Amino acid sequence: MYIAVKGGHAAISASYELLAQSRSDEAGIGALSVVQIEQQLGLLVSRVMAEAGVSDRKLAALAIKQSCGDAVEAVFLLRAYRTTLPRFGTASVLDTGAMRIRRRVSSIFKDLPGGQVLGSTFDYTQRLLDFSLLDECDSESNKNSSDQLAQDVKSGSDDEGFSSPDALSKLIEEGLIEAATADIGDPEPSDITEVPVQYPVDRCTRQQIMARGDEGWLLGLAYSTQRGYSFTHPFAGEIRLGMATVSICPSELNFEIDIGEIELTECQMINQFVGNAELAPSFTRGYALTLGHNERKAMAISLIDRAQRVDEFTEERTAPAQDAEFALAHADSVEASGFVQHLKLPHYVTFESELELIRQLRAEHLNSNGSIKGDTDV
Amino acid sequence: MSNFARQDEQALLIVNGLGHTYGGLQALKAVSFELFPGEVLAVVGESGSGKSTLLKILSSALTPTSGEIHYRSERFGKINIHQLAETRRRELARTEWGFVTQNADDGLRLGVSAGANISERLMALGVNHFGHLRDQANSWMEKVELPSARIDDLPRNFSGGMKQRLQIARNLVTHPRLVLLDEPTSGLDVSVQARLLDLLRQLVSRLDIAVVLVTHDLGVARLLAQRTIVMHRGQVVESGLTDQVLDDPQHAYTQLLVSSVLV
Amino acid sequence: MCDVTDRAIAAAPNVFRLHEGAALSAEHRSPTPAYSFAYLDEGTKRMIRRAILKAVAIPGCQVPFGSREMPLAYGWGTGGIQVTAGLIGSDDCLKVIDQGSDDTTNAVNIREFFSRTTGVQTTESTRKASIIQTRHRIPEIPLTEHQVLVYQVPQPEPLYKLEPRRSETQKLHGYREYGLMSVKLYEDIARWGHIDESYDYPVCVNDHYVMAPSPIPKFDNPKMHQMPALQLFGAGREKRIYAIPPYTNVESLAFSDHPFSVSPNEHACELCGSTESFLDEVILDKQRTLWTCSDTDYCKEQREAKHTGVE
Repeated sequence: MYIAVKGGHAAISASYELLAQSRSDEAGIGALSVVQIEQQLGLLVSRVMAEAGVSDRKLAALAIKQSCGDAVEAVFLLRAYRTTLPRFGTASVLDTGAMRIRRRVSSIFKDLPGGQVLGSTFDYTQRLLDFSLLDECDSESNKNSSDQLAQDVKSGSDDEGFSSPDALSKLIEEGLIEAATADIGDPEPSDITEVPVQYPVDRCTRQQIMARGDEGWLLGLAYSTQRGYSFTHPFAGEIRLGMATVSICPSELNFEIDIGEIELTECQMINQFVGNAELAPSFTRGYALTLGHNERKAMAISLIDRAQRVDEFTEERTAPAQDAEFALAHADSVEASGFVQHLKLPHYVTFESELELIRQLRAEHLNSNGSIKGDTDV
Repeated sequence: MSNFARQDEQALLIVNGLGHTYGGLQALKAVSFELFPGEVLAVVGESGSGKSTLLKILSSALTPTSGEIHYRSERFGKINIHQLAETRRRELARTEWGFVTQNADDGLRLGVSAGANISERLMALGVNHFGHLRDQANSWMEKVELPSARIDDLPRNFSGGMKQRLQIARNLVTHPRLVLLDEPTSGLDVSVQARLLDLLRQLVSRLDIAVVLVTHDLGVARLLAQRTIVMHRGQVVESGLTDQVLDDPQHAYTQLLVSSVLV
Repeated sequence: MCDVTDRAIAAAPNVFRLHEGAALSAEHRSPTPAYSFAYLDEGTKRMIRRAILKAVAIPGCQVPFGSREMPLAYGWGTGGIQVTAGLIGSDDCLKVIDQGSDDTTNAVNIREFFSRTTGVQTTESTRKASIIQTRHRIPEIPLTEHQVLVYQVPQPEPLYKLEPRRSETQKLHGYREYGLMSVKLYEDIARWGHIDESYDYPVCVNDHYVMAPSPIPKFDNPKMHQMPALQLFGAGREKRIYAIPPYTNVESLAFSDHPFSVSPNEHACELCGSTESFLDEVILDKQRTLWTCSDTDYCKEQREAKHTGVE
């Protein structure tokens, strides 16, 4: 006699067991600590922080450990946690010009006030697998490489970094680059984590969506703008990485207090100039700001930012990257991952309805045609 | 006042002092005219004359910077089309008005069948009987001389002339009172043009539709329109009965236009 | 319009009664770290309830809401979960089904979630439940005025396959311009003689808005019409809530000469013998297929009735 399938509960419990096992230290070689992840997988930690919209390295590292290294899953964990956190205020506008910089480059200047500071970067390394890293363990950590470098990697060190004005300030003064002015009335940006996004959206909203967006998706879109799907002649005006002070103005005090520092990556891309009968030609700008150290992402965002400013410069919208609704509605990795993967859920009822319809249509086809084309010979 | 005005008839469309400026450029200045039911008015001019701007304003795609347009609606009475609520304007666009675009692709749903294209306006009015919709679609395919065997075909696969006919059917199915025709024969072969114009002439007269016909082609104006206005640099330089304007032009520009065309 | 407001007010007690329950049990047992009752903070629940009230006042209209990231993935029912979380109170009784069954993995997961975060009583019995959260089915046993049915919705926009831009479809709903949908239906009849939707079959609510009922089989559509229970629809990823107040007209789109119809069952349930309920096709081996009720609670009730000889 047929017995209906039961046991969903048992199946789920078993799946938790297996997951725990796959994450556990079976070989007894030492469990990965959250601190190790935070310090030695710092760039992954930065990525997770940015996409989760949470500036907390330890929590991001914890999420990475719990998710067995799946970045999207880690972002999801952190975002879900973020939902439970109380919101007690909005920070004052960050002054990125006053950042304590540990890395700063500009491709448009040979040299500039404050200098080009290479900092810690893969950019000029040769990508040769370093097999000596296989044998590296606690006692053999690279004491020979400068302690200075090691300190660079650790964030929050008080005596590290210098501050420098915006590389572009002189050009802005000369009127060669559009000034970064606020919109009319300087309206309060709408927080996309509280107010649902409805297209068409303004630039502030686009920036928020991209700041939390999936790096891979944004990278692809930005790449497309360089290959002809719209084209904005970009130059890297300034990329800076460092610590920015966060201040709030609590109503009880009625004056500003600094509550700490967060690590930020800022990128300003200089793009083709525009001008018309009234306005003299000047360069335009694409902008990006991300939590943590995320250069690739910041550069990608700033390319897309400029590409989407079509209406401001009455340019033609021809490419996918310029179509904000298309480009941004699919940028969120947690949403995308959820919906794509939800196809694994049972769909047998909807499938049964489709089966019924197709059987009906085939029966009707058979009636009118006498045979069904496409059937293999019986 | 138009010679065409029938006894006791009120104007269907009154355009008064229409002007449009953008970016320091005056595209249109002091355009005024009246249109009566069943009348065809040709707006003739070359590119840059302002006739496209006029058309955009008439179809309410653009709001003029000065002047106004009053329309006598069957549903809403006498209204100022740019002050009317958007919902009502869109309703009029689906029922009392028609707009046959220059490029048929813009005025059709290329991905659904000819029959669906024709039925859409009827369905928007609440016609919910598939059989009736199909009958109407068939009837209109016949009226615009499209082969009824192609009622289920996609307009994507139609020739330019056929697409235009379908566009006409799609617009006329709700018996609109006012139709805008934007260069209806442009891009079509000469023989196709002639037949299309003939069709338009018959339909317009039979259905008593008022038409604003925008064209650079004086031959089209002569064939279809009772009255013509000539536009140059955003202004109306001459207006009157089509034959008079074309045979005995008064304004220098009209004379130039007429003499440089083999009509 | 009065009609709708009256119904909205009548439906409101359902919403507010449950809210009282939530306030009382703020100090209810909860796991560490301390989470709010039903996981969401009170401010978020208030925001959701406001969206629900607006949705109830405009039947079938999609109301945007500030959907939060939940501990379950988008696509797994976060919208339904947020709606339920906004409503549920300590004296509620919750049933969760997926594909009509209480025992499918996702239903189990969601029920566990609410159990952990509220301590509220859960049940597999449709009759006993005050809130039923469902994915892809409407229960076979008719619901009452004292119940709320919460649907999990993947795609709230009925026109999305015809027009992907939400900025456009928003206008179309606002202007009641459903030409895109009507030509699609015309095409289906012209091509197949049928309307080509077997699930998530579009409906017209309260003679006004066209609505996506979620991927329930068209078999279930008639149940929505004049249902005594409040029907709420939550789409978490798309961030929309919509509602059908009790006793509202819900009509599946069709032509008068090609009316909406549900084909009668060709089989009976192997376990309880029902020919009235929606059946799952189970393939046993190459030769044998059998059919069982998708609604497991209904099937159980039928079997028990047969046993005791009760009609």
